[in-house]
Amino acid sequence: MSTATVDRPEGRATRTYPAYSRSLWRRVLLTREFAVIALLAIVYFYSNANVPAFDGPLTLYYLFLDIAPILLIALPMTLVIITGEIDLSVASVMGLSSALIGVLHADAGMSIPLAALVAIVVGAVCGAFNGFLVAYVGLPSLAVTIGTLALYRGIAQGLLGTKAITDFPEKWTDLAKERIFGDGSSYPMILIPFVILLVLFVWLLHFSTFGRGVFEIGLNDEAAHFSGVDVERTKFLLFVLAGAVSAFAGLYFTLRFGSARGDNANGLELQVIAAVLLGGVSIFGGRGALHGVVAGVILIGVISSAMRLQGETVNKINIVIGVLLVLSVISTTLLGWAQGFLSRRRRSSTPISGSSSEDGQRRQAAAATESTNER
Amino acid sequence: MPGTAPEGPALELRDVAKSFGSVVALRSGSIAVTPGSIHALVGENGAGKSTLVKIVAGVHRRDSGVFRLHGEDVDFGSTADSKAAGVAVIYQEPTLFPDLSVTENIFMGRQPVGRGRRIDRAAMYAEAERLFQGLGVHIDPRRPARGLSIADQQIIEIAKAISLDASVLIMDEPTAALSGVEVERLFAVARGLRDEGRALVFISHRFDEVFELCDTVTVMRDGDYVSTDAIAATSVDEIVSRMVGREVAELFPKSPAEIGDVVLEVEGLSSLGTFHDVSFSVRAGEIVGLAGLVGAGRSEIARAVFGVDRYDAGAVRLAGKPVAARSPRAAIRAGIAFVPEDRRKQGLVTDASVARNVAAVIRRGLTHAGVLTNRDENKAAGPWAGRLEVKTSALDMTASTMSGGNQQKVVLAKWLATEPKLLIIDEPTRGIDVGTKAEVHRLLSDLAGQGLAILMISSELPEVLGMADRVLVVCEGRITAELSRDEATPEAVMHAATATTAHAIEEEATA
Repeated sequence: MSTATVDRPEGRATRTYPAYSRSLWRRVLLTREFAVIALLAIVYFYSNANVPAFDGPLTLYYLFLDIAPILLIALPMTLVIITGEIDLSVASVMGLSSALIGVLHADAGMSIPLAALVAIVVGAVCGAFNGFLVAYVGLPSLAVTIGTLALYRGIAQGLLGTKAITDFPEKWTDLAKERIFGDGSSYPMILIPFVILLVLFVWLLHFSTFGRGVFEIGLNDEAAHFSGVDVERTKFLLFVLAGAVSAFAGLYFTLRFGSARGDNANGLELQVIAAVLLGGVSIFGGRGALHGVVAGVILIGVISSAMRLQGETVNKINIVIGVLLVLSVISTTLLGWAQGFLSRRRRSSTPISGSSSEDGQRRQAAAATESTNER
Repeated sequence: MPGTAPEGPALELRDVAKSFGSVVALRSGSIAVTPGSIHALVGENGAGKSTLVKIVAGVHRRDSGVFRLHGEDVDFGSTADSKAAGVAVIYQEPTLFPDLSVTENIFMGRQPVGRGRRIDRAAMYAEAERLFQGLGVHIDPRRPARGLSIADQQIIEIAKAISLDASVLIMDEPTAALSGVEVERLFAVARGLRDEGRALVFISHRFDEVFELCDTVTVMRDGDYVSTDAIAATSVDEIVSRMVGREVAELFPKSPAEIGDVVLEVEGLSSLGTFHDVSFSVRAGEIVGLAGLVGAGRSEIARAVFGVDRYDAGAVRLAGKPVAARSPRAAIRAGIAFVPEDRRKQGLVTDASVARNVAAVIRRGLTHAGVLTNRDENKAAGPWAGRLEVKTSALDMTASTMSGGNQQKVVLAKWLATEPKLLIIDEPTRGIDVGTKAEVHRLLSDLAGQGLAILMISSELPEVLGMADRVLVVCEGRITAELSRDEATPEAVMHAATATTAHAIEEEATA
């Protein structure tokens, strides 16, 4: 044991380490996220080949139009769930935002951009209320957001009653359905704000100090607090983001259907959470990645779109997606069990000795150097 | 059944091996415990003691080797199997159900039922009472487990073990969090169990305890069995040198350092019910020890200084500048580093990689235009991990599988990377093996030599006396004595640590 003097680490590091214990392809391919992406690719190409009209020009276009709100809200929801919390009020905020835009535009005569801005601010305030109760008061997010799910929906329906406002300028309702690369393109305009938000959230979660804090809070919030992560503020901000993005999704929803109603997007929160979990995010927090979540949302969209084209009913589509979700949640347990089973069998067939375990260490060291070479 | 066991060991393991992936945790674990004896199991952290215990407890399955209980080969697939076979493990920090009563905790899952399958509470309480009487302790069987001291929680685990008629009891570092009186009571209980003919295994890093309590000692090193001796036929030095495979020259090598300016000033710090009017200062190059009994409020003072806990009155200044209360971030920015008491819960995120743990505090300085990558973290963390000789195969390995000493090195690397002015270190060597312990002590001494101010909290008196330039004794939330290195004798510290207690009792008596 040598003396461990610590001045600055430069100069005479006593020991160096490889950065990764597994090779690059293992780290990239043997993940839950990649499994979802692979499944998406399989389902997509299968549908392209076998489902009539799936390869038509309208399929992808409508698919994106339909899943856009889920894609949008899944971004902040992923971060919220990684911290170990949940936000069930997102669809109610969408409804509130929709009703508010209708009222502000039709009754108060505001322009659409101004009404949208007000709605997004109100959405952020709704999120801030959730965040305050969860982060600073310390209430469980499940209970808080079940409460505000009813509260925000109630306000939305109080604003409009049972009526719908459909009197929106065509300029704006058309924009919601516009295609990016001119007629015939499969990509609607809504993908532009989505991609901007995606870049923002990928940076926030995977490439910023804030995101490291998000994961640490999910894994061990006490240790995060002890290392100077502001646990309360992080959670608060995430709920604000969830509220603001939900309100934006509500704006899109209103313009796309040209209809502002208090009960718009009813029940959408469960679809969002289902997609996030399907994308490999742990409901217990601390684990997940945005590429998996995006693939999860699109996977659900592709399956329902393909089944609809085959003339299946909504019920059947829901059953398939439900089964898929349950399978994805138990897959972690099943995989762990299978691995344990396999390694036990291998061990019992080959009696372990000192030399074979040394071999294992050598193999691991080899794999480690391999991975550093690849970098 | 205890007492009726035949000749030969109650628990016998021979050449038991266990590896996790490519990591060999146990190469040849061997131990033979006879009924009616207390058998010490000692070794550095990472020597394989915990793995051995977990195999006996049914948490892990061994890969190979002989495992016999009362002469019969056994193989436990679960902890339930081992309990049914009469093995009980008392962990350092028992896990009780805090909202259930003491009795309900003892009979969890096997409550006696009366007529109509209703739980017979009266019988349960009577039985619990009888168990406590047998152990010679006074705990109200009806009180909830919440708020019990760790020592009492251990007693409850022991009561549970006895009610299950366990013939083999394993105590995994039971005394680490106990005060002197509590240790004595635990020992009395342990001796009682020995005299009933049960076999006890006692794991501890404290040799005075091992030599006081045990009759036989087995030493392990690096997953291997080293030796078994009768306590009477060996000595501390002999055991220590077997554990580390070499002679330990000096355990507490604090070298004199030049004492500089005042770094930390704490003035009139108070928090209702935990500590009151605490004032002290720490200078550059100085190690100040906070001594006192467990529960005296030492850790709470440290936590308040660092800002994880609130305080009601007082001020904290670092290098003359006030440090905002209630904000670890402000404390970090001011140049304070804090190595907390509980490594697994507070010190590090065990499920995160070594690199992310080491870079956890400094990562704000690692970004390029706001972007932080794994590569940035690895580049910054690698040298610090290397400097502290963290044992890991790669930087993306998680800290969860590491030994306590290794985890402590990760925590230290994380904080030293911030290049702090003041290091607060709470129980620097709790649950750490002798070799790493000496390494940590040498490191602290070197750091002080480089001008770092260190505030050290420790329940191990020799550690405080050996390391500290100045000792502050805390008793019931107040600083009752400030002793220089020369004045600090075990007697002086213990006197101050119990001073107000005696005083308060006197006052009560006269009132």
